[in-house]
Amino acid sequence: MDDAIAVRDLVVDRGGRRVLDGISCTVARGAVTGLLGPSGSGKTTFLRAVVGVQVVTGGTITVLGQPAGAPALRHRVGYLTQAPSVYADLTVRENARYFAALHGRGRAEADRAVSDVGLAGAAGQLVATLSGGQRSRASLACVLVGDPELVILDEPTVGQDPVLRADLWARFHAMAAAGTTLLVSSHVMDEAARCDRLLLIREGRLIADDSPAAIRAAAGVDDLDEAFLRLIRAGAAPAGGAS
Amino acid sequence: MNARILAATTWRILRQLRHDRRTIALLVAVPAVLLTLVYFMYADQPTPPGAPSTFDRIALVMLGIFPFVIMFLVTSIAMLRERTSGTLERLLTTPMGKLDLLFGYGIAFGLAAAVQAAVAAAVAYWVFDLETAGSSALVIGIAVLDAVLGVALGLFCSAFARTEFQAVQFLPVVVIPQLLLCGLFVARDQMAGWLQALSDALPLSYAVEALQEVGANAEPTGRMWRDVTVVFGAVVLALVLAAATLRRRSG
Repeated sequence: MDDAIAVRDLVVDRGGRRVLDGISCTVARGAVTGLLGPSGSGKTTFLRAVVGVQVVTGGTITVLGQPAGAPALRHRVGYLTQAPSVYADLTVRENARYFAALHGRGRAEADRAVSDVGLAGAAGQLVATLSGGQRSRASLACVLVGDPELVILDEPTVGQDPVLRADLWARFHAMAAAGTTLLVSSHVMDEAARCDRLLLIREGRLIADDSPAAIRAAAGVDDLDEAFLRLIRAGAAPAGGAS
Repeated sequence: MNARILAATTWRILRQLRHDRRTIALLVAVPAVLLTLVYFMYADQPTPPGAPSTFDRIALVMLGIFPFVIMFLVTSIAMLRERTSGTLERLLTTPMGKLDLLFGYGIAFGLAAAVQAAVAAAVAYWVFDLETAGSSALVIGIAVLDAVLGVALGLFCSAFARTEFQAVQFLPVVVIPQLLLCGLFVARDQMAGWLQALSDALPLSYAVEALQEVGANAEPTGRMWRDVTVVFGAVVLALVLAAATLRRRSG
């Protein structure tokens, strides 16, 4: 079981519409994998399926050697939802300490997670009074506090200023270097270049699964945005991207 | 269930309440204000000799009904917020068990209700000279059980509301029929048979009867214990149904 995530023929229907249409891919352990695609392409549904909160129509998802959503995975997988899901009527610190307690961690870990996302100065502030970007970092702190083996982040850097965004990406890579697996969705192409590996989905289908360098090489351009455009126009993906 | 997670969840809900000072003030003050209203409404009503005064009769029942109604409302909104803010889905991806969350709400709001009931009872007994044959501690105990019943029903009903607008509409649907039929307005044995049957099926009827038993008897009666057991059973049933509405997977 070398892969953190193995997805085979995943099909998801929502509201009578096919949102994911036969996706197969793997996510390697100890790396940052980017899930890229335009808004509405099915990124969030894919992540929800991996976490095990999405009803799936067909296919299998194996996460850390177990079926997605297995009870034993709740200690090992951390999930950041796209909309910050923290308690607005608690302070940042209280939120972090609560989620820490759910994972059997203490106050020290909670305080560290808060400062790791750059909110040490706002720890005593009610979440309701934070800016959108701060709120989503508070939500991120509540994921990191559990120190999960697999971290699934749905657009974690939206609304963050460039310096903070660079800090967060540096942290993601430090975590990967320490053995954590990260699957990060984004619709911003300049973040794609920061990933070790990329999954590009569009209209519920996987159209690329490779390293940024290989995708650039395959498309024959340096710019990832342009490379994806060419892949989409070509209508074919470098299938499986075995490398 | 996990003691650490349950304790953390109870504590978290109490912290949320603590940050909301206005809600705390309302929780504590409103029952006392309403009791005052009832006291003056009936102040000049003649009391037949030997019977409890109208105020005593109504105030005793109200001590149980306040926590029930208020905790039902507070819980349905709180749980709806968990659902709509995404925190519920997030909690269900953590090691937390469904019962940890449900019991956390039951204990946290039960504690809040204990404070509320104690203040309301203190006002009723000391300011307005409420007289009950049985002990005031039993009255408060039953009031807290009523609050927990309200919490359990609120947890269950919140599953059927998508918005706060809908959630508050469950108050007239779930609470008011129970108020009308609990024996406060018309004694239960004087109702038409089908209304009595309906009343027998509603948990608040037993909660009110238990309070009336304490009002009329110096020692706890068998009927009171039976009523308390029925209410407790209704709490467990509502919690089980509420747990069934918490889905880890959704479409």
